[in-house]
Amino acid sequence: MTVSAKTKSTTVSVQNQGALPQVQHIRNAGMVLDMDWVRAVEVNTSAVERRCASLPGRRSVKKDYQAAWLLKAITVMDLTTLSGDDTERRVNRLCRKAMQPVRPDLLAALGMEGKRLTTGAICVYHEMIPAAVRALEGSGIPVAAVSTGFPAGLSPFHLRVAEIKASVKAGAAEIDIVISRRLVLEGKWQELYDEMRAFRDACGDAHVKAILATGELGTLRNVARASLVCMMAGADFIKTSTGKESVNATLPVSLTMIRQIRAYHEVTGIEIGYKPAGGISKAKDALVYLALMKEELGNRWLSPDLFRFGASSLLGDIERQLEHHVTGRYSASYRHAMG
Amino acid sequence: MSVSEIFETMEYGPAPEDAKPVMVWLDGHKRAFGLFIDGAFTDAGAGFETANPANGNALARVTQASISDVDAAVSAARKAQPSWEKLGGHGRAKVLYAIARLMQKHSRLFAVLETLDNGKPVRESRDIDVPLVARHFYYHAGAAQLMASDMPDQQALGVAGQIIPWNFPLLMLAWKIAPAIAMGNCVVLKPAEYTSLTALLFAEICVEAGVPKGVVNIVTGNGAVGEMIVNHPDINKIAFTGSTGVGRRIREATAGSGKSLTLELGGKSPFIIFDDADIDSAVEGLVDAIWFNQGQVCCAGSRLLVQESVAEAVYAKIRARMDKLRIGDPLDKAIDVGAIVDPKQLKSITEMVDGSAGEGEVYRANTPMPKGGCYYPPTLITGLESSSRLMQEEIFGPVLVATTFRTPSEAVALANNTRYGLAASIWTENINLALDIAPRIECGVAWVNTTNQFDAAAGFGGRRESGFGREGGREGLYAYTKPKGSAKPLKPVVAFEGKAGAAADLDRTAKNYVGGKQARPDGGYVRAIYGPKGAFLGHVGIGNRKDIRNAVEAARKAGSWAKTTGHLKAQILFYIAENLSARAVELAARLDAMQGGKSGKAEVEASISRLFTYAAWADKYDGAVHNVPIRGVALAMNEPVGRLGLICPDEAPLLGLISLIAPAISMGNTCVAVPSSAFPLAATDFYQVLETSDLPGGVVNIVTGDHAALAKTMADHADLDGLWYFGASDLSGMIEKASAFNLKRTWVNNGRARDWDLAEGEEFLRHATDVKNIWIPYGE
Repeated sequence: MTVSAKTKSTTVSVQNQGALPQVQHIRNAGMVLDMDWVRAVEVNTSAVERRCASLPGRRSVKKDYQAAWLLKAITVMDLTTLSGDDTERRVNRLCRKAMQPVRPDLLAALGMEGKRLTTGAICVYHEMIPAAVRALEGSGIPVAAVSTGFPAGLSPFHLRVAEIKASVKAGAAEIDIVISRRLVLEGKWQELYDEMRAFRDACGDAHVKAILATGELGTLRNVARASLVCMMAGADFIKTSTGKESVNATLPVSLTMIRQIRAYHEVTGIEIGYKPAGGISKAKDALVYLALMKEELGNRWLSPDLFRFGASSLLGDIERQLEHHVTGRYSASYRHAMG
Repeated sequence: MSVSEIFETMEYGPAPEDAKPVMVWLDGHKRAFGLFIDGAFTDAGAGFETANPANGNALARVTQASISDVDAAVSAARKAQPSWEKLGGHGRAKVLYAIARLMQKHSRLFAVLETLDNGKPVRESRDIDVPLVARHFYYHAGAAQLMASDMPDQQALGVAGQIIPWNFPLLMLAWKIAPAIAMGNCVVLKPAEYTSLTALLFAEICVEAGVPKGVVNIVTGNGAVGEMIVNHPDINKIAFTGSTGVGRRIREATAGSGKSLTLELGGKSPFIIFDDADIDSAVEGLVDAIWFNQGQVCCAGSRLLVQESVAEAVYAKIRARMDKLRIGDPLDKAIDVGAIVDPKQLKSITEMVDGSAGEGEVYRANTPMPKGGCYYPPTLITGLESSSRLMQEEIFGPVLVATTFRTPSEAVALANNTRYGLAASIWTENINLALDIAPRIECGVAWVNTTNQFDAAAGFGGRRESGFGREGGREGLYAYTKPKGSAKPLKPVVAFEGKAGAAADLDRTAKNYVGGKQARPDGGYVRAIYGPKGAFLGHVGIGNRKDIRNAVEAARKAGSWAKTTGHLKAQILFYIAENLSARAVELAARLDAMQGGKSGKAEVEASISRLFTYAAWADKYDGAVHNVPIRGVALAMNEPVGRLGLICPDEAPLLGLISLIAPAISMGNTCVAVPSSAFPLAATDFYQVLETSDLPGGVVNIVTGDHAALAKTMADHADLDGLWYFGASDLSGMIEKASAFNLKRTWVNNGRARDWDLAEGEEFLRHATDVKNIWIPYGE
């Protein structure tokens, strides 16, 4: 692997026309599949775990800092519903929550009333896209759709590609695709690359997040190599899980993936986003993830164009923590609007 | 900063640990502490101030112990020791368990006090030091419980004097006190002058835990108090952790006193990154290696060796990682690097780095430094060569020095190009490479794809000038015990006089045996050996320093013996026994002719049996897999000490010689043996047995001569790693003192006799080996 520092800054600073930063992300055109690089990637599981075990003890944020960080966590959240019983009304309620994730009185008490605080996106299945787009109209919040035969990704290839196109047509600004895990397990990296390329092309202007389903890839080494192949094939984001595997986002998986993002950035100068999904439900966990991003990649990756949490219950815990911060009293979930 | 501003900057902000409970504790003692002797605190006396290095503020006054204080502490320990030992393993285990529990209950108080006194980040004292302390007492509660069944032939040493450093004040206290009292010893411990406070809090815990009075005594003060302990006549054991310079002085001061000694000294430990390592993880490992505890760690991975092909990429990653380190108030929970322990230490680091200005490329972490306080920025110096002082000497600060290597063998050569030998960290994803390199590095601890891992179940300690003895694990318990029974004084053994004359049959010339060949003594002088009735038996060479030099060179050349399989070593030892048996009648006659009497036959028989014993052990003295709390293994490997000098007993001229040579070579050492001075001809007959037994040349070298003359040369020889002395002359003190310069492992008789008929077994094997702990975390 050649880690020549061709780093160039792609920081997005302009806040034009009130658009959210997530839609201004400079896209990843990808590169040719570099198998020498892919094969050279090594991950030592025990060492990765040690780093992750000590991180929460090394970094803690308190008081106003903690409140500010939790507010930041909200802005990088893909508020998600991926259930068989989703209806338009249910999606509508979630979208309203995305537009007003925290009680206005709490925001005022925190001196945040002037900020347009929303979640990073709404994440739904294809069928719910129109309802979400309608509900979010004018908010600037993008709709993300899971796609390509989510969660297993085993439907016919042409249908998976068609699904992307249909979702984009329906108004999804972000597409969360699932990779074919078998291609990783079988070591068919070229095929994985080609699949990712095809998905990327089908997305058109929609940003594409590659879900690796890390819980099904067997080893961190596979996670690292799959991350790299997907980035080479043009993924704008790499994402851990569907939330449907038995093991979803973990810190070791996250560390492994974001170190690959760092390496890709060092070589290409392109910033790739990261999305851990599934199992992150506590405010405290969110703080650890933010610290991990800050430590390994820097503040640039604390923004919704480069970092998202895929979460459904995390927001509720953050709201309670914020109320506690404001009032000094522990809160209860019924005091905050349901999403 | 307002919430909305922080929302933009995403800074960490302060996360201070509350120091108030510690302040309340200090105030409760009126910020002045006496000594803990015989279960109670003395009134605070004249002494010195201990300060918080993060801001220079005084914390408390600590008493400087006087000689009468030390006497009182030692006599309290002496008085308490017999009943503490008689209390039995279970009784002692209950007390150690109580200490462990109390350490956990008061963990935060200990952690915050340690950070205030020492300057280490509270994250470390809270998450590493204090939990390891509790772990140490738990482990040794178990060791006490099992002592009677697990070590039935061992007993306590008596009173131990323990002197500990300032870098891990409480942890080093635990490493010293836990094994000592578990094995039935009583202790007088002196914490470092800069950092006495957690030891004094520990004394209070001892009272709470029901430690009988006198079992643990804490005396505070500077190096002068340490000297009082070292020189105290009623102390049986000195355990010291600190600098190599002071360790050497302690070795000299205790020479000939009969005090048992454990020294944990300095290091310049290599951190080796191969091109197939997980480099991101290796770089993170460096944070734990050299920026842990501000680099003030004896086993710090302070010498980075990187494979040339990846060096620049590794350096770039290290620099980027350094910029992320947070330096500042150690009480802040989100600080990586705290304060240097004292302005003096800061000055020493600064001078050492500045003194080598112009060598290599210096990179300092681009991260905000606190104003005031005692801080040194994390520093990386690349492009150095081994000849640089910074590559050779311990800086004991957050300064990493780096160079490159081309091949695994060159990595090993560079790693071993040091007088130290404490630890090593090896990073590669190739298990073949890792398990090849770890045994080849001169060190007591090797970490594969990890670093600075410690646990009570695994021994810790060094080779070469990093000291000797192990702390932790089963191997550490032997440092606080001795074989049961007491030895009688050794009677002088004098050669018989006689008149020069012709031997009964054809003249035979006894020579030295060096490098597998008979060699005439360099000096060209011989001495006549006579029987008890004055009969002339033959001439023997008078060896001199050059004969020793040649023999040590031969022993070094034969170093590959260490890698010979146990099976082959066993076969050769059996074969030596077989060939000795073939000449049993002749050797028995020789022994009787030299010594008189008719014991020769029995001595030859015993010698054959002894060779069988160590042939048996050659493939059976297994190491251990220690049960450390990681997903992985800590392999405790018994490695040969290296090149041993063996000065044999004057009595039992054949059996004594074989009792030393056989364990030495069965464990893979090569040796230079000096046989009985009074009765050397059995040894010179014996080399003919060696010559016919497939033993590679240089594994055993025999130089005859005067013990006193040869012992000094051997003790002074830098390329001998160990020296055993069992002769009848009074040389033990001289040998221990002269051996101090390269800290060779000595094993001397202190003028005490030993029954050579029974002198075999694990005690000899332990002296012939050093335990190396190789930590191998695994998992994919």
